[in-house]
Amino acid sequence: MLYGYGDIILQGSLITIELALLSVIVSIVLGLAGASAKIFGSRWMSAITDIYTTLIRGIPDLVLMLLIFYGLQISLNEITEYVGISQINIDPFIAGVLTIGFIYGAYFTETFRGAFIIVPKGQIEAAVAYGFSPWQIFRIILFPQMMRFALPGIANNWQVTLKATALVSIIGLADVVKATQNAGKGTYHFFLFTIVAAAIYLLFTTISNLVLLWLERRYEVGHRKASL
Amino acid sequence: MIEILERYGTAFLWSDGYHFTGVAVTMWLLVISVVSGFFISIPLAIARVSTKKWLWMPVWVYSYIFRGTPLYVQLLVLYSGVYTLDAVRNTDFLNWFFRSGYNCTLLALILNTCAYTTEIFAGAIRAMSYGEVEAARAYGFSGWKLYQSIIIPSALRRALPTYSNEVILMLHATSLAFTATVPDILKIARDVNAATYKSFHAFGLAAVIYLLISFLLVALFKRAEKHWLRHLKPVSSH
Repeated sequence: MLYGYGDIILQGSLITIELALLSVIVSIVLGLAGASAKIFGSRWMSAITDIYTTLIRGIPDLVLMLLIFYGLQISLNEITEYVGISQINIDPFIAGVLTIGFIYGAYFTETFRGAFIIVPKGQIEAAVAYGFSPWQIFRIILFPQMMRFALPGIANNWQVTLKATALVSIIGLADVVKATQNAGKGTYHFFLFTIVAAAIYLLFTTISNLVLLWLERRYEVGHRKASL
Repeated sequence: MIEILERYGTAFLWSDGYHFTGVAVTMWLLVISVVSGFFISIPLAIARVSTKKWLWMPVWVYSYIFRGTPLYVQLLVLYSGVYTLDAVRNTDFLNWFFRSGYNCTLLALILNTCAYTTEIFAGAIRAMSYGEVEAARAYGFSGWKLYQSIIIPSALRRALPTYSNEVILMLHATSLAFTATVPDILKIARDVNAATYKSFHAFGLAAVIYLLISFLLVALFKRAEKHWLRHLKPVSSH
């Protein structure tokens, strides 16, 4: 199938999914940390987070990717040279996950910050008065309520992150884009294989749309809507 | 760093001595794609909110496909895919059009931003308050006149904050142009990186330039919002 390139393309698709899922986990963790720092942190902590989100969202992701990817390797080379050990090559997959995670962490920070503010402050104060630990407050009170407000933003960020993974082929990762490009070069059916890449991405986004629709229903439980 | 600025400063800004490069090219891509996207997406948005299936269905399919796939893949389809088709090579106009990286990049950017802008404008039209439309109908507005004098001006104004976001994202999207050999800011940065091996300086400089343009755009849109959304600002009591 696909002139014998089916397996390679499947492999590439799996790498794309892995990359997207792992980077989104990294960016959600960063986003939660960033949002907490912005709202509950000290003044300098929220200032640092402000700089992080403003800088990252003002620079194209491709430029950041090249900057971090090449910059990280070169700084590491300088360190290893200085210490006197042989060069350590950063694994492009891990570099990709960290870079994309770091970039979209900034977008998730803003999403979560908006959702955190939605939960009334009185609830948190009441929880403190009842002796809840910070982790308990987050897990039992904050998280289930803010998810309903954060979900559309999370959905949007996930789609953007998924589509951003197409850029990693530029820094040399064997993702679905790279696989289809190689197939195009091998068979000279460039048009067919670029369309295949587009179709695979469209399939991924359609599946994520369905999952997010289900999640939205799940977190709407217990909320009455105004009848218009 | 100073050495890089002296040698490549003008290339980063407008010219490498032979062609336009850097900021000039990036801004040209941005302005052309955003302006064409704006004007094409207004009729598309009106079709998108139509109740007639043959009108909204094609627009929905178009925007679903272009919002569901990465811009980089769209650019690859247009730049490296389409040109290998015999039908394109044998037609003089298509052959001329798709041979140029500039044309392919612009086409991809326009098609992409158009899909997003259509959804933004359609959302704003749907969010029109029914009273406004009913009042217009009561005064005898209908069809084109209703859209032209009531719905479009009101919807476009309220779409401004979301639309400004899209323009910033388009600025970021233009950085893909170098993959189609268009000499934008990032292409110069890559050339500098290849010539000097100073990756941090080369890409850092590009990052700073993009950041400055982003800030400039944000400031411009803030002013535009102040001007066109003044009637939506809460009235202060003193």
